[in-house]
Amino acid sequence: MVQFTLPKDSKVLKGIQHPPIIQKKGLRQIDIYRYDPDQTSNPRLDRYQIDSETLGPMVLDALLGIKDQIDSTLTLRRSCREGVCGSCAMNINGRNTLACTEPLAKHQGPLKIYPLPHLKVIKDLVTDLSQIYRQYASIEPWLKPKAIPDDGREQPQMHDDRRQLDGLVECILCACCSTSCPSYWWNGDQYLGPLVLLQAERWLKDSRDGATQERLHALDDTFKLYRCHTIMNCTDSCPKGLNPAQAIARIKSAMVTTKKDLR
Amino acid sequence: MARPPPLSPHLEIYKLPLTAVLSFSHRLTGVMLVLGLMMIALVLLLAVGWPQGFTSVQQGLISAPGQILFWLFIYALFFHLCHGVRHLLWDSLQGFEAHRQLNIGVFQIGVSIFLTFITYTFGQPDMAP
Repeated sequence: MVQFTLPKDSKVLKGIQHPPIIQKKGLRQIDIYRYDPDQTSNPRLDRYQIDSETLGPMVLDALLGIKDQIDSTLTLRRSCREGVCGSCAMNINGRNTLACTEPLAKHQGPLKIYPLPHLKVIKDLVTDLSQIYRQYASIEPWLKPKAIPDDGREQPQMHDDRRQLDGLVECILCACCSTSCPSYWWNGDQYLGPLVLLQAERWLKDSRDGATQERLHALDDTFKLYRCHTIMNCTDSCPKGLNPAQAIARIKSAMVTTKKDLR
Repeated sequence: MARPPPLSPHLEIYKLPLTAVLSFSHRLTGVMLVLGLMMIALVLLLAVGWPQGFTSVQQGLISAPGQILFWLFIYALFFHLCHGVRHLLWDSLQGFEAHRQLNIGVFQIGVSIFLTFITYTFGQPDMAP
């Protein structure tokens, strides 16, 4: 359902201004969304000031600096710190991206950090992604082989066929794309969203997969697939430089070129 | 749990790229065009209904508010047309490159303004009484 504003219990209130650990010129101001599930109060926007010269270059370094030096209660997911795990996806200055690959120097002035948009917040920057994971499971993201190979061992794939999967297998399921999509905000309960559809394309394109027709038929649905209106926020936000909007267009195209009617 | 979990902020904090703004405007101009078509039907009915109707329609259309509404309608038409062409290109799997989105968007706005300008310059009958 389309809701342009937040429900009353989700409105972000003015938060606490945390004192910096040192006073000096050139401190970076960072406003961060805070929500504590153990309190009954609304979420709030807390203000921190950090000395970015003493920290690493990325936004994640600044966040961990705040957690180490100023406020240990700040809660966020992170793991690999090099853009391959997808844990630290969040909204930085109005755009979804990974905190670990987003240079602090890319932004001028104060920084505003929110959790991924239009999700239930578990705590601070940690959101509940279970709907996306459920939808991901619904496309059955595993190989359904055409036949058992002759030697009973592996499914070989030629280089050209493997190349078909470039731009799809690099996806790290960080959910920057799906949570940037207004269509997914309003219809996320039925629309699969760019993340899941890019993954669906990954299995449709796999030369070793034998379930292409079944997969296409499962996707051919007004809501699951066709809620994509090429708003292109997904492609704009993907921190891996992938193109979910194009993947979705290719699925739509396959619906009229590849799909056969089931008897 | 003390309270239901909050919903994270979305539209109010998201910095929409140009393509998203154009997509939203495409919808908006679509609605404007439907309303405008109804207006045109009404204007035609008024104009052909009786002689005084024709005079009042003519006066209404050449008045400043009438002209503004009219040219807004024409611009909405060309805006909608240009984004419609882009949708056609997208559906034929063209123009998805992330780095080209801003340029294509600016180009498409430019074309819609240009077409409106052309219509304004060459498309008007001689309005002199």
